[in-house]
Amino acid sequence: MYVAVKGGEAAILATHDLVAEMRRGDTSVPEVSTAQIREQMSLAVARVMNEGSLADADLAALALKQAQGDAIEAAFLMRAYRTTLPRLGSSQPLDTAAMAIRRRVSATYKDLPGGQVLGPTYDYTHRLFDFGLTGTSDAPPSAMPSDVALDTRMPRVPDILGAEGLMEPETPPEGDPRPFDLTRDPVEFPADRDVRLQALARGDEGFLLGLAYSVQRGFGGNHPFAGEIRMGEVPVEFVPEELGFAVDIGDLTVTECQMVNQFKGSKHVAPQFTRGYGLAFGHAERKAMSMSIVDRALKGRELGEAASYPAQQDEFVLYHSDNVEAAGFVEHLKLPHYVDFQGELELIRRLRRELEERIAREAVESGVLPKAAE
Amino acid sequence: MQKTVTPSGSPRDEAYNFAYLDEATKRMVRRALLKAVAVPGYQVPFGSREMPLARGWGTGGIQVTAAVIGPEDTLKVIDQGADDTTNAVSIRRFFARVAGVATTEATAEASIIQTRHRIPEAPLEAGQILVYQVPQPEPLRKLESSEAETRKMHAWGDYGPMYVRLYEDIARFGHVATTYSYPVLVNGRYVMSPSPIPKFDNPKMHMSAALQLFGAGREKRIYAIPPWTEVKSLDFEDHPFEVQKWDEPCALCGAPDSYLDEVITDDQGGRMFVCSDTHYCEGRRDAGHRGRLLGTDAGRALARDGE
Repeated sequence: MYVAVKGGEAAILATHDLVAEMRRGDTSVPEVSTAQIREQMSLAVARVMNEGSLADADLAALALKQAQGDAIEAAFLMRAYRTTLPRLGSSQPLDTAAMAIRRRVSATYKDLPGGQVLGPTYDYTHRLFDFGLTGTSDAPPSAMPSDVALDTRMPRVPDILGAEGLMEPETPPEGDPRPFDLTRDPVEFPADRDVRLQALARGDEGFLLGLAYSVQRGFGGNHPFAGEIRMGEVPVEFVPEELGFAVDIGDLTVTECQMVNQFKGSKHVAPQFTRGYGLAFGHAERKAMSMSIVDRALKGRELGEAASYPAQQDEFVLYHSDNVEAAGFVEHLKLPHYVDFQGELELIRRLRRELEERIAREAVESGVLPKAAE
Repeated sequence: MQKTVTPSGSPRDEAYNFAYLDEATKRMVRRALLKAVAVPGYQVPFGSREMPLARGWGTGGIQVTAAVIGPEDTLKVIDQGADDTTNAVSIRRFFARVAGVATTEATAEASIIQTRHRIPEAPLEAGQILVYQVPQPEPLRKLESSEAETRKMHAWGDYGPMYVRLYEDIARFGHVATTYSYPVLVNGRYVMSPSPIPKFDNPKMHMSAALQLFGAGREKRIYAIPPWTEVKSLDFEDHPFEVQKWDEPCALCGAPDSYLDEVITDDQGGRMFVCSDTHYCEGRRDAGHRGRLLGTDAGRALARDGE
């Protein structure tokens, strides 16, 4: 039977209809709304905003709905839209010290100014199914506000260490230039920290998690301490040119992680702690923690450490952590390659023929012909 | 049934700028293209944009085409030499929508030809632009994984490792065992990847009358071969470069000199060889050339005779 390998426009259009049908599923089940996704799938929404590099929960919810919950496909939709948006300018740097805290934990101090705030976390849930969730319930959630307000002063742990001179200082480069934008300009290597942090911020959570894990397990030289993880709302300020002063344009929910790592010092630098930094949209602790460990690993070059492991090599990490690019290239193998494959077919047939001819020739020359019937 | 120019059926989608990219981005891509033309074979980094098509699916070629196309242009898109492969159809639809340009399958009638994996069989003419989709622009990548290192190798013209690789093939097999992405030396200076075209097509790049532009979207590189530029496939004096040959001509049009695809016709080992360049094949059939299987069931299925 002959199978046609060439497809046409009608077939492509039909795939669009089939996708729409599959997305909707059983029509006797009510359709999910993007508002439901935004409110009830907020961790998935945060992941799509991070990897899509666009802080817009409504669009992320739409992307998730359109992509049937596929996080990478949803991030791709976000990026393809984001790339068409004009750039009005850059906000002022976020001040995470001024965050309205919903969660804040430190693993390096038992207690610290502002205290430990557990907030919403799965950390101490037992991973047992809550079968009550299979149905729906009108009962409102039972979390009640505390009688005691949180401390207004919640200093960041690295700042506390920094006050004692134990933490490497991190100051902007001279003149505090506008950071590199890797969505507008090609990355060159070795990549500077602003480029690395940007790439990590949009990098695949799973890939960065694996890399961070590799650093911890022995494919890396650092032992990280979770100096602080905080999550909450920070105000975003923007200076419109015509006004000349900063205007508050809204709040962002972000998760910040600062990992504290030992550094034994070098000839010219006293022993001190070094920092790995992670920042993500929404509640995204796993992402922020992984990012901060990999950020620290990539700092090795500046600190004079050998780049022996994958997590320490900026080309390896930056090129391969982008899941939209990676997915595109891996999946492009679905495209026809029969022209190249024809070349390989011709070559392998020729190589096999040449090998058989050589074996036969050598057999004749060495006189060990297959024996004729005796 | 010779295909000619199809005027764009519907007006272009006004929700997007002409050819999708904004004008500032097009200018950025054109600057990279000008540099690429000025330094043939050199890989120019450019601010590759995130496109609504997936990386690895032609985003580099699409950005180059978008930067050079105008309303008067006629576009041809091929993949594996064929106009009707799915991704070629998809890209042609994209430009019909966002640029509203006329499209064609006729090589001679196209002012811009975007291609993946092939160069058309018919020689290109002055004024035509061939845009290649490039997955991996770096010919040295398999020898050296670091981009920082390969850029230095190009700067120093340090191509020894590439010749060693070719030599190792010869020592082992008696000939170079590379069938596609066969490296070329452009204008006597830069070693360049011709993109994964079969080495059969390499000689067509040499002294071509057309402008050849290469776009690698994911890797964010653009390079070019201006018209009438020397392009030499790497080889040795005692082992000169050679291209693939087939034992039989095209089963549809009888062409003895085109690149052939092998098509499996049954599960009994039956196969036929047909031109990969579908337009070239149709043109020859229209001119009265007949291959061995034209008119048979298998031939009809492939030759689109049922139209």
